[in-house]
Order: sequence, then structure tokens, then C-alpha cells
Amino acid sequence: MKGNEALAEAAIRAGCKCFFGYPITPQTEVAAYLAKKLPKTGGQFVQAESEVAAINMVYGASAAGVRCMTSSSSPGISLKTEGISYLCGADLPCVIINVQRGGPGLGGIQPSQADYFQATRALGHGDSRVIVYAPNSVQEMVNVVNNAFNLADEYRMPAMILADGLLGQMMEPVEFPETETAEVKKPWATNGHGGSREHNIVNSLYLKPDVLEKSILERDKRYKDIEAKHTTAESFLCDDAELVIVAYGATARVCKSAVNASRAKGIKAGLFRPVTLWPYPKKELVAASSNAKTLLTVEMSTGQMIEDVKLAIECKKPVEFYGRTGGIIPTPAEVLAQIEKITKTLDMEGV
Amino acid sequence: MSVVFEKPHALTDAVLHYCPGCTHGIIHRLVAEVIDEMGIEGDTIGVCPVGCSVMAYDYFNCDMIEAAHGRAPAVATGVKRSLPDKFVFTYQGDGDVAAIGTAETVHAAARGENIVIVFVNNTTYGMTGGQMAPTTLPGQVTQTTPFGRDTAVNGYPIRVVEMLSTLSGTALAARVAVDTVPHVREAKKMIRKAFENQKNKAGFSVVEVLSTCPTNWGMSPVAALKRLQDEMMPYYPLGVYKDEDIHNKKEGNS
Repeated sequence: MKGNEALAEAAIRAGCKCFFGYPITPQTEVAAYLAKKLPKTGGQFVQAESEVAAINMVYGASAAGVRCMTSSSSPGISLKTEGISYLCGADLPCVIINVQRGGPGLGGIQPSQADYFQATRALGHGDSRVIVYAPNSVQEMVNVVNNAFNLADEYRMPAMILADGLLGQMMEPVEFPETETAEVKKPWATNGHGGSREHNIVNSLYLKPDVLEKSILERDKRYKDIEAKHTTAESFLCDDAELVIVAYGATARVCKSAVNASRAKGIKAGLFRPVTLWPYPKKELVAASSNAKTLLTVEMSTGQMIEDVKLAIECKKPVEFYGRTGGIIPTPAEVLAQIEKITKTLDMEGV
Repeated sequence: MSVVFEKPHALTDAVLHYCPGCTHGIIHRLVAEVIDEMGIEGDTIGVCPVGCSVMAYDYFNCDMIEAAHGRAPAVATGVKRSLPDKFVFTYQGDGDVAAIGTAETVHAAARGENIVIVFVNNTTYGMTGGQMAPTTLPGQVTQTTPFGRDTAVNGYPIRVVEMLSTLSGTALAARVAVDTVPHVREAKKMIRKAFENQKNKAGFSVVEVLSTCPTNWGMSPVAALKRLQDEMMPYYPLGVYKDEDIHNKKEGNS
């Protein structure tokens, strides 16, 4: 199944009732699949007049208490950030898919990971956070969609699936597990009080600074709770690794091949792959790199996640970087060359 | 003693923040009276804008959502698509409907969304202190047109309901005013009609209400009402521009 279609099918199985989107490459198949399938499940598919309108339709559907989703690619996500900030401010859950392409501006339509800063830092103004999953296979995309809906509902906040054009477009066998769709009660929803309760208000406006601060701090407690409980990562051959590569998404697949190739040459390399980018799996990275002499971050960007890697290990070890950007995918040979270069330097230094 | 006049149940007891002489209060009341009379408070979700009515969520007793500037029709679409049997209305000003939210307004109408837009036109951005609005009249002095709106520089005001009446998805496009008792009664009739349309799933309904802003116009409430009659009404004629059940008519789309 194609990555984008798997995302869409997983959303339906997770109980997504409404999808609002605007056409953009390379996420096209997500919307096309849902346009065909969602109405058959009693759901609603609406092609909005813009990305801005689409995310605000999500805001409305989420306020009404239903599971809803939008998907886009990099420039479209930039347009959605206004709405995402309002979703955060009003404590509304939803799932947002970003099938990343090259940027800035219109950029290109080939795979990229250059939206890392935006996804983990700047999906809207204000003290707001969004849960970010970075799957690396079609199967994992399916798995994280359900988690994203569940966590979004539990913590009342948006969750993003940060994929890229490669994952979205590639085909792999996939199994849809029996999903456990957590039935979360939403007593806050604006779905008509029916005369049985006080009126509900969904709002992000607090004109009094002390009231606004209180609401932000309450939300921040939830953020801290997620940071403590919901980081995920995969470690591959890290236990004895002298060089730990850190990579996520499609790039992690390339790096895994490079690690295997370097092991065949007797080089002790390992791979650490964050699955959640926010919250970042800091303690997992510290553990995975405990025997490493140096780290190498590989990204399809000019170096963004590297900042989180340095923060996680508190700059106690050197962190090198290798990246391709603009829609170019690094090859295992390129990464292997980097591994050999770094380990050669380590040997020369005699550490 | 019998009660001859009371506050509609659909309005809360909150003290309105609107300036003295502003006609928002009348329009709030008309919407609330319609909700009461139709007995739909428990099935209604209102969406307020950014602008003077940004805090309307505190004034209506039905469930309320505060939207980003201009996005209320999109938010209302999301609610209505999720809860098709509930009543959804937006309450928006001229900047919201016809400047920053023009796309959302036009496309909600084009889709024939079964929602109601109550559009309050007072020819200015009231909340931010009286800047030029998309409906500011030629020659009108505002904070950002200190020498009067020069159409050669600032272009022309938008006649919103006339524009929306051209769209096939629009069921009702009407312009009313709240300057006199007969006009207030007519305004209520149109708002009621808009909500009835939603009940009948007839399509998109918009009721534009000509309103005053004594504070930013620099006028007394009485002089402001006179300006509404002398200057606004000739440019924005009252009337019903479209009244058609677009979803339930027998023939194809117009």
C-alpha cells in the first residue's frame, strides 16, 4: 500500500470522522483516498478553499467533539500555523499530517526534512506545543496515526505526523492492527447543551494577563506530563557503538543500511532513531550513546535536529552533521563515507 | 403582575462591553429572541469573530466558539459538517466578513453550507479604534483614511449581500437595519428566516445588518443613526437580494 493511502486508511480506522484539506503535492493521495472512502463510513470530506480554511474547519469539527484531521505539505503547513496556534490555545485535539517537501517558499516537491524546526518549535505563535511523530515506514505510519489521535484526545492538543515525500509515495506491505480507539469523553465540546448543562465555550482569548498566564501554565503541566511519559525511539546496534548516528524518518532507513555496511567493515556504528520529535526522546538518546565517542546526525536539511541532539546530551560529546537538502536523499554510500571519515579521525586521535 | 417584557433566555446576564449607542446590543437581542422563539438554544452553536463582538461567547447562552479573525465561516463549516442537525450561526463584522475572511465567506456560500451569517456592517474597524473597513464609504474619514477614503487610492467599498446573492449556494441574502422600530422588526424577520432556512436545510443564509459606531464615527448615538440613514442606506440599499431554497428545489442548480 502507498504511504499516503495507508495514513488515510489508518485515520478512518482510528475513528476520524471529518477531513478537511486543500490540494498540494506530495500529500495528494491522503485526500484522494479519504474523498473516496470517508463518506462511505458516514464521515465528511470537504475540500476547502485554502489551507487556512481547512485548519479552521478542523478547529470547528474538533470543537464539536469529533475526531478530525487535515493533511498538507510544507508550504501548506505554513499557512495552517495560525489555526494550529488557535487549536493549541483552545485546547482542541486533532491530527495534522505533513508530507514534507523541499523549501523555503515553494521549494520543490521532492522529499525533505527541512520542516523540523517548524514542527518542533513553531507550529504557531505563543507558548504552544504539538505532539510530533516521525515514522520511517508505511507500517509505522499506520501505527502512529492511532497513537496520535489517542494522545491528542487525552491531552487536548494537536498531534502531527511528520512524514516526507519519500514515505508518502513509497509502497510497502502493511497490516492494520486491531486498533484500540480510546473513547474519550469530551464534556467540554460545543455540541449543543440540550438544556442539560451550562453553555460550553471554546476560546483562546484571555485579556487579563494573570488569567492567561494561569491557562498557559495549566497547559504546560500537560506538556511536561507528555514529555515524561510519551517519548519513543528505536536503538539499533547502539550498545557497543563508538559512533552513534541519529536520524529519523526516511533518512533513518538510509542510515541503517550504512550502519550495517560499516559493521561489515568492523566499524562499531549504531543508529538511534527518534520516533517522537516532540517530545524529544532525550533520556533514550543519552542511554543509547553512553558508549559512543562521537555522534553523527544525518538529516535531509542543513541541520536542524542536530540542535536537539546537542541539547539532549548536553554537548558532552562531539556531534557531527551530514545532510542533503532541497529534495535530495542521502545515499547509504555517502553516509558510510562520513562514518569512515569520522572513525578514521577518532583512530588518529587515539581515543 | 404579568411579565410584558424580559431578557431573552438565550442571552446571559453578563454586562455587554459595547459602547453607548452602539447597535450591537439590539442585534444580539434579535438573534437571542429568534433562538428563544424557535426553542433551539440547546441545539445551537454560535461562532464569534475577531472584532467588537469577539466576546459574544460570554453573551449568548448557547454553546459558543471563538474563531480566528475572518475564519468563522470555516469554523462554522467544521461544526455543521460534524453536527448536521444542530443550528450553527456566525456573528461577524465587516472586516471579518469582507476583508480578512472574504475567501471563507464566499466559499461557505458557494458550498451552500447550511449555516447563518449575521453580518454587522458599521463601515469601520470598531475594536481597534476606527480604521478603514472594506465597507467604509467613499470620503469617509477614519484613522487610516484621515483625509477621507479616496477611491483612487483605497478602492471601493464592497456590497457584500449583493455579491453573495450571485452565488448558487446562497439561499438568503438580505440587508436590514436597526435604526427604527419598523426596521428592527424587519431585521428580526430576516434573522428568523435565516434560521428557518437552516432548519429546512435550504442553504447558506446571510443577513447584513447596517449598524452604527458612534464612538469611532465621533457622533452622538442619534446623529449616528441619522448618518446610517443618510449616508449608508443610499450606498447599501435595504432589501432581500436572494430568497430561494437552493437545496430542496425540484430542478437542478440555478
